[in-house]
Amino acid sequence: MEFIDYYKILGISKGATETEIKTAYRKLARKYHPDLNPDNKEAETKFKAINEANEVLSNPENRKKYDKYGKDWQHGEEYEKARRQQNEYTQNQSRQNDFSNEEYSDFFESMFGGGRSPHNQGYGQKFKGQDYNAELTFELKDVYTTQSQILTVNGEKIRLTIPAGVENGQVIKIKEKGGVGVNGGPAGDLFIKFNINNHTQFKRQGNDLYQNVDLDLYTSILGGVIIIDTFDGKVKLQIKPETKNESKAKMKGKGFPLYKKEGEFGDMIISYHIKIPTNLSEKEIELFRELQKISSK
Amino acid sequence: MNSTQLIATQTLCLYYDIEISFMDALSNMGLITIEIIEQNKFIHQDQISDLEKIIRLHNELNVNLEGIDVVFNLLKKEQELRNELNALKNQLRLYEHE
Repeated sequence: MEFIDYYKILGISKGATETEIKTAYRKLARKYHPDLNPDNKEAETKFKAINEANEVLSNPENRKKYDKYGKDWQHGEEYEKARRQQNEYTQNQSRQNDFSNEEYSDFFESMFGGGRSPHNQGYGQKFKGQDYNAELTFELKDVYTTQSQILTVNGEKIRLTIPAGVENGQVIKIKEKGGVGVNGGPAGDLFIKFNINNHTQFKRQGNDLYQNVDLDLYTSILGGVIIIDTFDGKVKLQIKPETKNESKAKMKGKGFPLYKKEGEFGDMIISYHIKIPTNLSEKEIELFRELQKISSK
Repeated sequence: MNSTQLIATQTLCLYYDIEISFMDALSNMGLITIEIIEQNKFIHQDQISDLEKIIRLHNELNVNLEGIDVVFNLLKKEQELRNELNALKNQLRLYEHE
């Protein structure tokens, strides 16, 4: 547990007046308020630190105590005595309110016993609890089918069903599985962001899958049947005669499942890459020359 | 609209400890939409999170209603840009490692 310099956090001097503290707090709070910085964990951490600094410095009693013992919090009998008294006071207080102490640093809790000081408990309003953000990572092949996952939030196990076709970066909301409400308000929501890694030969855009397929010269000229991979297994694909390099074919319904639309799929788009034969035998070269002669006539 | 998804503004004023006039001002600014049914005012439950955000910005940061309107518009634009960025990132993955 490290000493926290609350003056430094608010960017003020030790002799700052109440007005200077208030001004500094408001300026920083406007910059780092979570409502103004959605999904910004750094801003959230800074906002908590600013709030904590304000809790201490804007309360004359807390500020006095912090100035007297703050830096030497780990030494001195007097501090220990003060801490014990504070803890007893807080335990009594905590029975009277439902504020969560998780917003405060260990330093704050050891010094002031945790919880908000009575002068700063808001306006007695009921507020929805804090929204939680979580990230889940899957492989592309996993989200081709509907997945089940069990998450533990606040000690409670939540069974999640993740519908097939979820997108990379997609966020889903699970109602009232976030932080506990303030003053009896409703619980916050849980937001889960999905990161989808792709280590397959397919590339995904929306619900369509793209795949490059190598085609030998003879099949591209004469046509034929090749076997290609899909998430659904191997399928036969008819190649038309005289298929050009980089030309594309679409396989309807062989793409990715549509999110929350059971039985509906995107398409698979195949790009043909024609391989020119190498290390030709004398016979092959002779036959190609023959072909060249025929085609130039 | 399903009436079970509507919450009386009076109930919300008691719950959040705010004045009815504050709700009316929010409605006049277009920050929330008030439905009037048989002379009673309601807001849809989907607007609750915006309403809470407005109350927090107003009480915690002393932002006036015009300021909140500007903040909301900018946050909406930011969200649109983030969605666009995400879609473009996903599209870019198509051409990576080719």
